[in-house]
Amino acid sequence: MTTIPFKLPLNIKLYRPVSPTGVWGWLTTVDHKKIGVLYGVTAFIMFLTGGIEAMLIRTQLIAPELKIIAPEVYNQLFTMHATTMIFLAIMPLSAAFFNFIIPLQIGARDVAFPRLNAFSYWAFLAGALIMKSSWFLGGSPNAGWFGYAPITTATFNPGNGIDFWIIGLQVLGVASLAASFNFIVTIINLRAPGMTMMRLPLFTWMTFITAILLILAFPVITVALIELMLDRTFDFNFFNTKAGANPILWQHLFWIFGHPEVYILILPAMGIVSEVLPTFSRKPIFGYPAMVLAASFIAFMGWLVWSHHMFTTGLGPIANSVFTLTTMLIAIPTGVKMFNWLGTMWGGDIDFKTPTLFAVGFMSMFLIGGISGVMHSFSASDYQQQDTYFIVAHIHYVLFGGSIFGIFAGIYYWFPKITGRMYDEKLGKLNFWIMFIGQNLTFFPMHWVGMQGMPRRIFTYDSGMGWAFWNGFETIAAYAIAFGVLIFVINMIKSWTGGKKAGDDPWDGRTLEWSIPSPPPVYNFRDIPIVKSLDDFWHTKQKSSNSNTKVKSKTKVSDIHLPQPSYWPLLVAVGLTIAGFGIIYNLVFTGIGIGIMLITVCAWSFEPVNEPDSH
Amino acid sequence: MSVEIKNQSNHIDESHSHPKPMTYFKVAMALVILTALEILVFYFDWLGYGIIPVLAFLSIAKFAIVVMYYMHLKFDSKLFTYVFMSGLILATVVILWLMALFGWFV
Amino acid sequence: MSDETTTGLSHRKLLIWVFLGSDCMFFASLIGTYLIYKGSGVLHPGPADVFDIPTTSVSTFVLLMSSMSMVFAYAYLVRDDIKAFRIWMFSTIIMGSTFLGFQVFEFSEFYFHDDLSPQTNLFGTTFYALTGTHGLHVTIGVIWLGIIFYSSLFRNTVTSKTNLDLDLAALYWHFVDIVWIVIFAVVYLFGTFTGFPSS
Ligand SMILES: [Cu+2]
Repeated sequence: MTTIPFKLPLNIKLYRPVSPTGVWGWLTTVDHKKIGVLYGVTAFIMFLTGGIEAMLIRTQLIAPELKIIAPEVYNQLFTMHATTMIFLAIMPLSAAFFNFIIPLQIGARDVAFPRLNAFSYWAFLAGALIMKSSWFLGGSPNAGWFGYAPITTATFNPGNGIDFWIIGLQVLGVASLAASFNFIVTIINLRAPGMTMMRLPLFTWMTFITAILLILAFPVITVALIELMLDRTFDFNFFNTKAGANPILWQHLFWIFGHPEVYILILPAMGIVSEVLPTFSRKPIFGYPAMVLAASFIAFMGWLVWSHHMFTTGLGPIANSVFTLTTMLIAIPTGVKMFNWLGTMWGGDIDFKTPTLFAVGFMSMFLIGGISGVMHSFSASDYQQQDTYFIVAHIHYVLFGGSIFGIFAGIYYWFPKITGRMYDEKLGKLNFWIMFIGQNLTFFPMHWVGMQGMPRRIFTYDSGMGWAFWNGFETIAAYAIAFGVLIFVINMIKSWTGGKKAGDDPWDGRTLEWSIPSPPPVYNFRDIPIVKSLDDFWHTKQKSSNSNTKVKSKTKVSDIHLPQPSYWPLLVAVGLTIAGFGIIYNLVFTGIGIGIMLITVCAWSFEPVNEPDSH
Repeated sequence: MSVEIKNQSNHIDESHSHPKPMTYFKVAMALVILTALEILVFYFDWLGYGIIPVLAFLSIAKFAIVVMYYMHLKFDSKLFTYVFMSGLILATVVILWLMALFGWFV
Repeated sequence: MSDETTTGLSHRKLLIWVFLGSDCMFFASLIGTYLIYKGSGVLHPGPADVFDIPTTSVSTFVLLMSSMSMVFAYAYLVRDDIKAFRIWMFSTIIMGSTFLGFQVFEFSEFYFHDDLSPQTNLFGTTFYALTGTHGLHVTIGVIWLGIIFYSSLFRNTVTSKTNLDLDLAALYWHFVDIVWIVIFAVVYLFGTFTGFPSS
């Protein structure tokens, strides 16, 4: 392996790797496409583990008064299921697309900070491993994904489960923040010539808004988690009601983060749908500026509604009314988006390929989830629905029928670009219909049992309550979803290894990623494109189809400078992991971990910089 | 948010647009005076609740001076101002709203 | 890839500003927690029992002056006056460390003399968490400036051409200063003001 030597303070000499191969190549990669694939594969494995947790939950609920799973384990299951799906599946699956697609859509050769990007992935992996390792190290967190203090304080929740949750989320937060800083700078600063903000593809726009939300929301949960950590590890009093602490404080901090977080989960999926629908309807997106504006308005309003999660805590009529109104307001821009998607399809020459099916599935499911959301945005009716299965139904329509369907649409849509091969259309459609029907049969009846008063987060229920039939029904339907996901996995493995070659532009796409080979070469664009309008690639194709002259590239591939691999991102993440485990087990390791981080960050910053790192 | 700022002065020749050390010194003196005023009014018990707007004004003034001159936002690309101010304004709104919810203003 | 960025602004400078915007929310959450808990729970020792405004005024002054010293260092670096740059750099680091020294003194005074620990009451909890986090920011700043100073002294790698490296550290340093401006007004002055009508 070739290396470049460089000197550290105190005359320590180190080497920067140059084009390593094999496993070492993956460990030191700074290529946004490789990192995107790493993100995607890791997050999908996490999605599967979260799915297994869900299946265990449903199995326990298949009939009343079952004792397949002990109540303590059940608490850990639903906590881990939600935490996994939100932080280890949906967010990083979206991040996989940010990584792979954004530089391609804006006409860049990489992100603004390639090494920071690699660090984001390794920190995400570290957080995922910390979180999931709790299953094998004495019990997982058991207080719900929102971890309400004081129930999560040491007094009421001894044991390590909550510590794993705190540290895991904290590390994941670092990963997400680093990634978001990177993408904000990338989208502002690495656009190809002529790619103005109002010519950005909508997926890029949604990523941009998501990243902004994230860097503003995550500091709040970071502080809340630090406070809880100080309480648990050093006996601080933030949530110690004996010392006069307010038990509502955690809820406020959590939901100030938590509501923007739901947009962090849904906006990327909306962005994907906004790419898929125009491509397969063979029409430009309807109302592009309105789409951008609506998303910005949603992002802004997302900060002013957090207490709708807390209507029943007794905030008083004024606060409840204000939060009711602000929450209802958000339905307006969301409706704007919905109508624009419909307008895009209206009169279009719609090709119902698998991505289209998932995109339309997204729209219909998200619509139902949105409507039930408006129902409990009204504080008076929320008193009836709070903490029942009605809310479980709502969140799964929004996050499973919404985010996950959107992400599946994206996986199918960009699969040819990422792998260079076509997926199996038949299996894809089968996958969609099983998941779509399964989703509705599983989650729709939850509205009814919820209205009948079945509370969330109970490990079993009395046979006299009249919830038995629908619960059994839901469980069977949930198995169908699992079967649908299995078909998806088979399709992916089969197509990735043996699918037929896709070609550069199988969908007759509109955005820049379709103008380059599939899979893209390391340098993405041989010549940086010059953009003259929205959907520039599409318009170029329309014009050149008559003349059929392909401009020959003048750039020599050997002249393209790419960021070189580095092992520091991985090593910093290792330090972070050791420091994290130290807080759970022994603070000595925290010291060691911080020491490792200090040294590796220094080494990182002294590493010889090269384009585009050096800006 | 408008981010179409083209070809702002590059960091190499930024020194031309930057104030002279004398300006920096004057700014420092202004900061010292404002801080002295803060401490002074702190001892005026008779101000009562009036201390709140006075302190708020003085510390915001200090804050703004440092950001504008020492962090040279006044001379730099507007984009930096937008980026920073969006965080700052949101932070302020969230603190105020939280205080309202915890009964500070009734 | 060419040196051009879309906006003509450097990636790293944009990064630090985005980071500072995000850090505003971080401190807002801590200050928010402090204010929400102000005056609740076990009341003594409270702010009025422990704070010594004259002492803290001096440390505030030191931090303000370190900001001035920082801009001088930067101004001389861009003029390639390395000697003056080093002097001001050194004085910035010394003043930053002095501020930290004051904080250590203050914390130990409160802890050993006034019996105020983070475990004592909500004031102790929120006060130590907020000012401690700020102190941590200052510490990171001192280390950062220290590395640049070291590079200048022993490696001679800090010149007007690399002024961006110092610019980023300086922006961070001033940010830490403005956070202290807020903490000083809200926690110290507002927190111990004796003129509020008692209700
Ligand atoms: Cu919400």
